[in-house]
Amino acid sequence: MAAGLCPGRALLSRRGGALWALLGPARGLAAGPETHFGFQNVSEAERREKIYQVFENVAEKYDVMNDSMSLGIHRVWKDILVHKMNPSPGTLLVDVAGGTGDIAFRFLNYVRSVRERQLQQKLRHQQNLSWQEISKSYQEEKSNPLGDSQVVVCDINREMLKAGKQKAQHLGYSEGLSWVLGNAEELPFDDDKFDVYTIAFGIRNVTRIDLALQEAYRVLKPGGRFLCLEFSHVSNPLLSRLYDLYSFQVIPVLGEVIAGDWKSYQYLVESIRRFPPQEELKAMVEDAGFLRVDYQNLNSGIVAIHSGFKL
Amino acid sequence: GQRQQVGRVPLYPGHIPTSPLQKALLAAGSACVALWDPYRHDMVAVLGETTGCLALPKLRDRMRNDPEGYRILQERPRIRLSTLDMARLRGLPDGTLGREYVRFLEDNKVSPDTRMPAKFVDDEELAYVIQRYREVHDLMHTLLGMPTNMLGEVVVKWFEAVQTGLPMCVLGAAFGPIRLNARKLQVLATELVPWAVRSGRNASCVLNVYYEQRWEQSVESLREEIGIFPPPAVRV
Repeated sequence: MAAGLCPGRALLSRRGGALWALLGPARGLAAGPETHFGFQNVSEAERREKIYQVFENVAEKYDVMNDSMSLGIHRVWKDILVHKMNPSPGTLLVDVAGGTGDIAFRFLNYVRSVRERQLQQKLRHQQNLSWQEISKSYQEEKSNPLGDSQVVVCDINREMLKAGKQKAQHLGYSEGLSWVLGNAEELPFDDDKFDVYTIAFGIRNVTRIDLALQEAYRVLKPGGRFLCLEFSHVSNPLLSRLYDLYSFQVIPVLGEVIAGDWKSYQYLVESIRRFPPQEELKAMVEDAGFLRVDYQNLNSGIVAIHSGFKL
Repeated sequence: GQRQQVGRVPLYPGHIPTSPLQKALLAAGSACVALWDPYRHDMVAVLGETTGCLALPKLRDRMRNDPEGYRILQERPRIRLSTLDMARLRGLPDGTLGREYVRFLEDNKVSPDTRMPAKFVDDEELAYVIQRYREVHDLMHTLLGMPTNMLGEVVVKWFEAVQTGLPMCVLGAAFGPIRLNARKLQVLATELVPWAVRSGRNASCVLNVYYEQRWEQSVESLREEIGIFPPPAVRV
C-alpha cells in the first residue's frame, strides 16, 4: 500500500513492489525470514497477512472490545499519553497505526482547550481594548480554534481507517484531521515533516519494528518527539500471574462472546507476551537515533510509554 | 515469559482447545448474550458446546447402539446445500420428507449452511454428534410442522430437550417463552408443550435416522416410524 503511494520507492523496497511479484513461486524461502504470529512461527509475509486479517475482523468492534478487555482503563492510558505530549497549538502530529482515531481526537481536544486558554489570557492582559479589537479576537478564536494544529492519522488497514472516519463524523471532528493509508515500516511522508510521532498499541503489530523506528526518526523534524504507548512487561510476580490468568483465560472468551472472534483476541494476548520488554524497546529506540530515550510504566508495567527526541 | 495457554492441540479443523475455566466463562457469557439477543445463533451454539459434556457422550452411545445410528457415525453424512440435490427434492411428491423439507427451507428463508461448526468440543466424534444435531434441527421443524418464529423454535426446543438432554435445549425451552405474549404462552402451555414432551418421550432417538436416505418417505409415515404424534391443530 505504501508502495502504491510512493512509486519511486517501490522497486527499491526490500519487501514490497513489483520485484517480489515477479519472483512468484520462486520466492519460497524468500517469503521472508521466520518471525512469529503470537506463539506460532510464520514467515514475515504470512505474519503481515494474518495481522491485516485480524484487524479487518476486529475493526467494527474495536472500541467496544477495548473497553471490555481493559474495563475502560485504556481511555486513561491514552489520556496520559496526550498529557505527556502536552502539545501546543500549531503542532503537527502524525499518529501511526492510529486506526479508530483515539489519539487523534484527544490531541484535537487538547490543543483546542489550550488555544482557548491562550486567547482568554491574551484578552485578560489587554485591559483597554476597544470593542472592535475584542470582537476581532473572538473571530480569531472561531476561525482558528485549533491554532493551525494538525493531526494525520496513518494506518495500514482500510477497515480500521473506515471505522475511524465514521467515528470522526459521528463525534463531529473535521478540522485539522486527515486520514492516510500507509505502512509504518515505509511511511508515505517526506523527511523532517512532523513535530510529534505517536504510535499507540500499534508497534506490537509491526513486523519489522526497527524499520518502523527508523521511519519515525526520518519523518520527524529536528527537535521532534517520538512517543510510543504499548503493552509491556510486568515484573511483579504476583501481579504478573494475575495478569496472565486474566489475559489467557478471560480475554479470548470476551472476544468470542462479544465479537464472535476468539482467534483475534488469542493473537492479541500472545502478541503482548512476544513483544520486547521496556529496556529492550528503549535500546531499539536509541538504535534508531533517538536521544534522551526514556519510558514510564503505567499500572506496574502492563502498559509503558516510551519517549525519545530527534536532536 | 511465553506460555502456551492450554497444552492441547486441535483435534479437528476449527477446534479451539479450552481450559475448564474458559469453558465455564464461555458458558456463562454465551448464556447471557443468547438470552439478551436470541438472534446471536453463534452464542446459542457455544452454549450448547460448552455445556454438553455429559449429554453428548450419552447421545453418541445411543447412536452407537442403533444400527442406523451406527452407520451415521461411520459415514458422517453432512447436510449442506452443496451435498443436497435441491432440484430433485423439489420434484418429489408433496408430503414426502424431501419435498416438505425444501418447502420449509424456502418458506422460512433459511439454509442448512448457516449452521456453525463445532469449536469447543474436545472430542472429534462428539463434535460430529453436535454438528449432526444442528444440521438435523431443520428436519425437526419439518417433522414437527413448526415454523421458525419464536413460538415454533420454543416448541422444537422442548422436543429436543426431552430427546437429547442437552442443557442448551433445556435452557432454551425454559427461557425461550419469556419473549412470548400471553396468548402464545397459553397455546404453548396447554397444547404445544404437552404434545412436544409426549412425542419426545415416545419417539426413538431422532439422531438415529439416516434422513438423507429417506427423502422419498412420506412425512406421516416417518413420524409414525419414529414415534412423533401428529401436531395439534393450532396456528403457530
